[in-house]
Amino acid sequence: MKPEEIAVLLREQFGEKVLESKLDSLNPWSVVEPHAILEVCQFLKADNRLLFDHLELLGGVDFKDRIEVVYILYSMALRHRYTLKCRLARENPVVQTVESVWRAADWHERETYDMFGVVFRGHGDLRRILCPDDWEGYPLRKDYRFPEHYKDMPV
Amino acid sequence: MEFKYDGEVMTLNMGPQHPSTHGVLRLELKTDGEMVADAIPHIGYLHRCFEKHAENVEYPGVIPFTDRMDYLASMNNELGYCLAVEKLMSIQVNNRVRCIRIIMAELNRIASHLVAAGTYGNDIGSVTPFLHCFRDREKILDFFEETCGARLLYNYNWIGGLMYDLPVGLEDRIIDFLNYFEPLVDDLNHLFSYNHIFVKRTANVGILPADVAIDYGVTGPNLRGSGVKFDVRRDEPYLGYEEFDFDVCVGRGQFGPVGSCFERYIVRIYEVKESCKIVRQAIAKLTPGDVKESIPKRVKPPVGEVYMRTECPRGELGYYIVSDGGIKPYRVKVKSPCFTVMGAFREMSRGTMIADIISIIGSVDIVLGEVDR
Repeated sequence: MKPEEIAVLLREQFGEKVLESKLDSLNPWSVVEPHAILEVCQFLKADNRLLFDHLELLGGVDFKDRIEVVYILYSMALRHRYTLKCRLARENPVVQTVESVWRAADWHERETYDMFGVVFRGHGDLRRILCPDDWEGYPLRKDYRFPEHYKDMPV
Repeated sequence: MEFKYDGEVMTLNMGPQHPSTHGVLRLELKTDGEMVADAIPHIGYLHRCFEKHAENVEYPGVIPFTDRMDYLASMNNELGYCLAVEKLMSIQVNNRVRCIRIIMAELNRIASHLVAAGTYGNDIGSVTPFLHCFRDREKILDFFEETCGARLLYNYNWIGGLMYDLPVGLEDRIIDFLNYFEPLVDDLNHLFSYNHIFVKRTANVGILPADVAIDYGVTGPNLRGSGVKFDVRRDEPYLGYEEFDFDVCVGRGQFGPVGSCFERYIVRIYEVKESCKIVRQAIAKLTPGDVKESIPKRVKPPVGEVYMRTECPRGELGYYIVSDGGIKPYRVKVKSPCFTVMGAFREMSRGTMIADIISIIGSVDIVLGEVDR
């Protein structure tokens, strides 16, 4: 299915919950309301026309005024791809987890939590994954200041 | 095997300094005697925050950092990054650059799979294949050294071209090497792959069914070992791979169900042979040309974003790059194949024996530099 058709299908199914789409990008995407991401993902995986069974990438991007969580989806069965995005407030980034849809999301969400401080509501084991448990701050945020010491050891 | 608790559960830390963890990986094993009730991987010991570094250097400066993620397949890593930036800037490269990139990527794939096979033998308790594999890998590294001066971390693929052209006569020497090497793959199979003890240690161990593998986002040889015929080179071709004649190898279930450690291992051996075929074809397709023809004076992509994935020896390596129109990337996110396969590790190892854990880690062929980035 072409990205244009997927965007139309999403708009038909979810109406106002799909906020914006950009289809002339190299990587066509739609922005979805954060509280609707779980139902959108469930639909994308289960619908026979879409069958997005493979979560390729889940990551964050910090645009100084907001944090975006990016979901790049691929269908092994039908060989097409689409990208979803969620825009979150920088002060309190919270989004529903999609761990129940693709188990791959488990570690990717932990990484996004570790690097951006995005809280995935409903995630079973939301701990830091790459940084030590007692690390302060979220390294991939644009305003992150590199610490000079970690536990009295110079970094 | 059905697991039953019949004694006291003990927590055992395996790693981060254990030799068979291929780097610095810590596994928290919940054991009951020799049985493993749960194996929780703890990663991050090699975390250097590549993605933050990438935001602070100009586009070409990121290439050496990509080399250092998966240090056994650096050519493939930098290739993926260069292709992503080229896609963002709409740069077309000429035929010579494409062919040389394919030759280097496939030779690097052979070298990487040889390390995987050799170290797997070492983990399982057979030292001889390690020496055989490393002997031939050295010959490939010699080609790389001749081409770009480095044996492991190349910085050879540049955005829009290559650092140098091939040295005079290298094509013939690569063909000579392939003539020498291809029969040795069968030797390795006789010596090691179909060895009774090896098969006993790996077949029927650490089974990952196809649907579970897809659900966990497992890619590359590990996915094909589960019997899914999917290869980015074939299904989403880049660099003109569609013009090449090669098979996508999948596990055939010779000694047990597909998706076992043995299948994941043997897929790599099949792939080595296919890579040899691709290198021969790429050498035949080489045409004269200037490898620096389309290198841009200044790398300054337009505002936008791109996702590009390539088939690395360990699976799909994806680069998601966001550009704000400046000379530095705004965000580089790497989809690392080893990271995703480690996510599925608990699933594979539950209810096995401690000795099987070694077998499973070796079969998924992880490089911790790429897991942690």
